[in-house]
Amino acid sequence: MTASTHTGERLVDFGEVLTRYEPVIGLETHVELGTASKMFCGCATTFGAEPNTQTCPVCLGLPGSLPVSNAAAIEATIRIGLALGCRIAPWSRFARKNYFYPDIPKGYQTSQYDEPLCTAGHLDVEVDGETYRVEIERVHLEEDTGKNLHVGGATGRIHGASHSLVDYNRAGIPLVEIVTRPIPGTGARAPEVARAYVTELRDILLALGVSEVRMEQGNLRCDVNTSLAPIGSLEWGLRTETKNVNSLRSVERAVRYEMRRQAAVLDAGGRVVQETRHFHEDTGTTSPGRSKEEATDYRYFPEPDLVPVAPDAPWVERLAAELPELPAARRARLREEWGLSATEMAWIVNAGAVDLVADTVAAGATPADARKWWLGELARRANDAGVELAQLPVTPRQVAELTGLVAAGTVNDQLARQALDGVLAGEGDPAQVVEARGLAVMGESDELVAAVEAAIAGAPDVVAKVRGGKVAALGALVGQVMKATRGKADAPTVRRMLEERVL
Amino acid sequence: MELTNEDAAELGRRLAAGELSSVELTRAHLDRIAARDDVLGAFLHVDAEAALARAAEVDAARAAGEELGPLAGLPVALKDVVVTEGVPTTSGSRILEGWRPPYDATVAARLKDAGTVLLGKTNMDEFAMGSSTENSAYRTARNPWDPDRVPGGSSGGSSAAVAGGLAPWALGTDTGGSIRQPAAVTGLVGHKPTYGSVSRYGLIAFSSSLDQAGPMARTVLDAAVLHEAIGGHDRRDSTSIDAPVPPLAQAATEGARGELSGLRVGIVRELGGAGHTDGYEDGVLARVREAVALLEGMGAEVREVSCPSFDLALAAYYLIAPSEASSNLARFDGVRHGLRVGDDGSRDLDTVMSLTREEGFGPEVKRRIILGTYALSAGYYEAYYGQAQKVRTLIGRDFSAAFADVDVLVSPTSPTVAWPIGARVDDPLAMYAADLCTLPASLAGLPAISVPCGLSEGLPVGFQVMAPALADDRCYRVAAAVEAALDAARGHRLLDELAQRAPSGAPA
Repeated sequence: MTASTHTGERLVDFGEVLTRYEPVIGLETHVELGTASKMFCGCATTFGAEPNTQTCPVCLGLPGSLPVSNAAAIEATIRIGLALGCRIAPWSRFARKNYFYPDIPKGYQTSQYDEPLCTAGHLDVEVDGETYRVEIERVHLEEDTGKNLHVGGATGRIHGASHSLVDYNRAGIPLVEIVTRPIPGTGARAPEVARAYVTELRDILLALGVSEVRMEQGNLRCDVNTSLAPIGSLEWGLRTETKNVNSLRSVERAVRYEMRRQAAVLDAGGRVVQETRHFHEDTGTTSPGRSKEEATDYRYFPEPDLVPVAPDAPWVERLAAELPELPAARRARLREEWGLSATEMAWIVNAGAVDLVADTVAAGATPADARKWWLGELARRANDAGVELAQLPVTPRQVAELTGLVAAGTVNDQLARQALDGVLAGEGDPAQVVEARGLAVMGESDELVAAVEAAIAGAPDVVAKVRGGKVAALGALVGQVMKATRGKADAPTVRRMLEERVL
Repeated sequence: MELTNEDAAELGRRLAAGELSSVELTRAHLDRIAARDDVLGAFLHVDAEAALARAAEVDAARAAGEELGPLAGLPVALKDVVVTEGVPTTSGSRILEGWRPPYDATVAARLKDAGTVLLGKTNMDEFAMGSSTENSAYRTARNPWDPDRVPGGSSGGSSAAVAGGLAPWALGTDTGGSIRQPAAVTGLVGHKPTYGSVSRYGLIAFSSSLDQAGPMARTVLDAAVLHEAIGGHDRRDSTSIDAPVPPLAQAATEGARGELSGLRVGIVRELGGAGHTDGYEDGVLARVREAVALLEGMGAEVREVSCPSFDLALAAYYLIAPSEASSNLARFDGVRHGLRVGDDGSRDLDTVMSLTREEGFGPEVKRRIILGTYALSAGYYEAYYGQAQKVRTLIGRDFSAAFADVDVLVSPTSPTVAWPIGARVDDPLAMYAADLCTLPASLAGLPAISVPCGLSEGLPVGFQVMAPALADDRCYRVAAAVEAALDAARGHRLLDELAQRAPSGAPA
């Protein structure tokens, strides 16, 4: 069965794609390093500064200027390579990638070509309990481009614009490119594997502290390659490279969309055009960019303005020894510490709640409570609000405090949920909310005694039933008391008090 | 002797001794420029007011008793490829017309810090591509020895200025011979330093793996002093060598004593020797033989050495240099600086870039961009750029083998004397042949000096001395010995003959 998008693109149902085709995916990920200065000059790298205020003769490519490599960026690249199990080249060179575009001030981008810093690594990612090994082809270092701003057009695009402005603040920021080898064998999970890979990579980069990896700020940018081949075919199909995929969700959607689109092309007897496509966040669709078949000849050659990078073995060994605990190892350790099954841990991972649970435990909650709250009540609230868990306006410390109040009997679960309402509404920490809203469980206070006695007096028939042996009927009285106290009473206490008086 | 014919060393002595003010000296050169530059075309930019103001500053500092360096108050001219803050810098190209850089090249900053007075920016072949300065987008420079002839290139404005008495000394840059060849054909001393020993920061790049700035002067000692002032490590240039500059002025002084016993000199057969004399003028070869005989007379052991790969130097150079240039010149796209053509709101970006480059670059620059673009193209890279790099390695090996047996290598600097203006403009290959002898040292990154060794047909001939990497002092030592011996035999400097021949203010 096929459907059409609003642009008239024919799409095959995702499930049906897999009955005839086998996908192969691949990812090229660009990571802006969080170094204090740019790759080849001393300019600052602060995000969001006034246009062209973080520039100098070098990153503006003024005639006569020369690049000097940022040692911190080289070190960060090697650490990324090590974290991905790469071989670190003992000798590596920069190369010039020549093409004309206003956002590259020199008429070439200083990058790496056939002599990258890191090669042949891998990253294992897990989807639904299944592990997929993603082979890493290379990790190399280059400089970011400036940003073009098209003025006068409807959507900030070049079409219809009256003129363009260029901001070179970003030009020269160190950029690491991580390229996977083609990833076959993921079948129906191809979109999820792509997303899991980028997620895992992001977590590794965060653990290494080499980048802020904010996808919305462009710290992490993905190009997603997708191809389809008829099941059983020995050759892979022609691939498309989808650019501008700038959120984890988009990575998954882009692969899914391309699979459905390409299947429709192939079903109709057509041929997939090997091309660059652009992903549209709003519609979840892709559209063609420039065709790879008429691709620019970049005329790569070794950058004569820079000396080769030759990381010596002791340095690389030291960097390897000093790597922090990586996400996979951390997850294994935490699972052990928390006493969870693999499946229970997987739920936490899939919910993106590892850090939240860990921080909640660190703030004093039991692992079971922390997990229960984040995967239960809080997950529900995030889902209702359409946000990520981490975006909820509640901190792990506050969640820990809440579980503490429950454990101490200050509130019951239902009251705790009301306290959470207050926290999310910005009324303060849980204890403050409990105090302010008067949510604490009632002790055997006069008010509660009065409520219990009123319930007994108001339902002589129930009392008779209970006394006649139908003890279960006591539940109705408990409900009566809870209702009268607006849930603030502790149900077991109420039951005990009723039993004392009725039986 | 007129101030404008004196050596920089003598002028520096007089300044230090208070016998001469910088203003006086600067004015003498500005007057000379005013009188002669219409003919010589040596300068692209002169700011007399700024020069005099700067000279007055130095004089005031001296009067106030400030500690000044030996170069303080001496005027200097810079090839227009050297970026100078606030001072127009064009690299001889229309595409940079009107550009005032916001920063100083390291060599310019070092000369500024040394207290020199910038007279102006000298003419050059566009982007340093050429051997005659006829490729300047602005004007043709002329040879003070015969204004109907070229002053060499690409640093022909610097050679014309120094030989013509318009500046006591100047900086040039040398990619394949652009300091040495113009020095040779104008009777000057010119040295290309070891690659990496003088900062390239702020030199508008032609061929990054070959470009070096160096001195052009009237004497070997002056060249050594100027070289010492600009040389040494620069953290802004990644290819800069972190090693001290050898004592060059001392080497020049010692060399002038004429004591060379034990020095092993190799004559390169492939550069004008037996079986390799095609294109070499007899008079040039005769002067070079005489210079070699002088070295023998001073105790040097002379032998012939063969460097077979040198025959391939020209072909390799004309692949490597244009390849790098095609990339280096890509930044001239009309977007950020200099010329922009056709941006009237009706044309798209690619068209404006094309029009800008079409109009902004001259024919030789376009020829080399096309050549280099082709050589780097997919499918041709290995056959052209890759092969040329292998030849480069072989040339380096030939040098290493030769330097196992000799201390310096010698040859003519250029196969001919200065040729008439226009004689080679329609024949690029004939023009390229002027660099035959200078290319090997360029490709190997080695130091090489050109020192005058007499006249042929009334025009200067240059003698080239090449040394191992970082042994620039050997070049100065041997060149100073040749210079001293010839000056002694002649009874005066070679340039003094020019002063007699061409009365100031009028072309010969």
